[in-house]
Amino acid sequence: MFQIRFHGRGGQGVVTAAEMLSVAAFDEGKFSQAFPSFGSERTGAPVVSFCRIDNRPIRSREPVIKPDALIIQDVTLLHQVDVFAGLSTEGYVLINTSKSFDELGLGDYLRTFHRERLLTCPATEIALEYLGRPLPNAVLLGGFAALTGQVTLESITTAIGERFTGATGDQNVAAATAAYQLVAKAEEEFDRATTN
Amino acid sequence: MLRQIEGSRGVAETVARCRPEVVCAYPISPQTHIIEAIGEMVKAGQLSPCEFINVESEFAAMSVSIGASAAGARAYTATASQGLLFMMEAVYNAAGLGLPIVMTLANRAIGAPINIWNDHSDAMAARDAGWIQLFAETNQEAADLHVLAFRLAEELSLPVMVCMDGFILTHAVEGIDVPDQRDVDAFLPSYEPRQVLDPAHPISIGAMVGPEAFTEVRYLSHLRQLDALDLIPVLASQFASTFGRESGGLIHSYETNDATTIVVALGSVLGTIKDAVDQRRALGDRVGVVGITTFRPFPFDEVRRALANAQRVIVIEKAFSVGYGGVLSADVASATHDATISLHSVVAGLGGRAITQHSLEAILDDAVHGRLDSVTFLDLDLDIVESERARIDTQRRSGPSAENVLSDLGTVASRIG
Repeated sequence: MFQIRFHGRGGQGVVTAAEMLSVAAFDEGKFSQAFPSFGSERTGAPVVSFCRIDNRPIRSREPVIKPDALIIQDVTLLHQVDVFAGLSTEGYVLINTSKSFDELGLGDYLRTFHRERLLTCPATEIALEYLGRPLPNAVLLGGFAALTGQVTLESITTAIGERFTGATGDQNVAAATAAYQLVAKAEEEFDRATTN
Repeated sequence: MLRQIEGSRGVAETVARCRPEVVCAYPISPQTHIIEAIGEMVKAGQLSPCEFINVESEFAAMSVSIGASAAGARAYTATASQGLLFMMEAVYNAAGLGLPIVMTLANRAIGAPINIWNDHSDAMAARDAGWIQLFAETNQEAADLHVLAFRLAEELSLPVMVCMDGFILTHAVEGIDVPDQRDVDAFLPSYEPRQVLDPAHPISIGAMVGPEAFTEVRYLSHLRQLDALDLIPVLASQFASTFGRESGGLIHSYETNDATTIVVALGSVLGTIKDAVDQRRALGDRVGVVGITTFRPFPFDEVRRALANAQRVIVIEKAFSVGYGGVLSADVASATHDATISLHSVVAGLGGRAITQHSLEAILDDAVHGRLDSVTFLDLDLDIVESERARIDTQRRSGPSAENVLSDLGTVASRIG
């Protein structure tokens, strides 16, 4: 089982992100489950959502306590919420920011993690460019696909297309694809740096 | 066709395929998505003929359902928590009159303190109202139980409440195969009321009944509920042959054949319990699970048989009768009164407190090593409790406990579960 926890704020599409990721996994023939941290429906309030992906039926109903991957949609939460709770050093981390982990002050904390599983991605900027609105959720799913390989970009874009129709859907697909390419390029550069 | 959809959506589409003729509800979380979706289907003409009636309260919602059902319409509504309490007088009336209304209860805690999250306090508050109460373990079962509920309700002329855990199921997105329209039509014949207000054949419904016959009318209701214990397994078997999957029934056992310790529970927590049981079995503990799908009428014989070989039974329940104890625990104790079983009650998940596999495994570990008390509040923060008790002991004007406890707790935004 692969478990993903999303952290963001009300209005950033945190719940929709988990739902779209679960649909992407479902479309690939996997079992998946998405659910929100219930009740935090106020704009701007910290919101958590969860997604599980497995090759067999998922029975658990507990929140994702030990995530395999974290998607942090709002970097200001780092100072407010224990976003890394339960994450092992084997985990993946994707943060929406144009800063590096060192610039965020996380360099020391993440030193023992696998470097290639940690990425920052300027998802809000990408969203502004493609959507004209600061909605990073679909963008980060593209980045997640490139970072973890848990789902393909194609499944992500299909799931986005099922959720958002018309221009909004197209723009989100383009933004997610851009994030996928950005993250894939960063991963390639990292591979080259480590093999050289 | 299996689709990845929200539980509420799956229930709404399934209810629509049961062809209700009157749907009436008042919005309350976490039920709202169900009614919104049905309302949209009626407006779009996808569910026709059906009248969707907006009302000003839950009391009106159940009252309109009663009127519609008495006029011969297939009636559906949904509510949760205080919504159920607000309609409670009409809830009793629906059962007392023998009207086959189907209602979804998206289980949620009851205030005060106000709390929108999941537990089973609302279902337990309606336990004695005379409705059949079915509990869903998954969203697939939540959808399927509605098809069974309409059939059961109309065969017996009794209302049926389908309980699904609020948020945990209603807001979870997972694979659901919404029952096919042709299969639903084959399984659920059109409604033939046992009693109907028909101007061509005038009758009255709702007579005042005095001491001369009240006992008999009540006893007849009781017999109809007991009939459900025979009918539910038959319908579950018919459902399986029509739809090609198991849903409904009275109880479901998991890994109980050689189990010396058996956990009993209602609803969606059964999934996490099964994961915990698998984990303990891998360590050599002989543990199993009995899930109760039909809570009212209570299947005493089936529960007694399922627990007959257990040495120890742990009832994990999301409700608590203050000053008494676990509600389901009392029913299980009654079913097993003649057996030499050590019975433990674990109150868990109140007001949406996450029930974790880790805590469940600890409970099982305590149980098999003889360390589990007769009543346990799962993951209770005793420091917080003692702090407030000390405040009450030392200050006359100690203030409201809820506010004091929140203040002692400090910020909770950093919590995940």
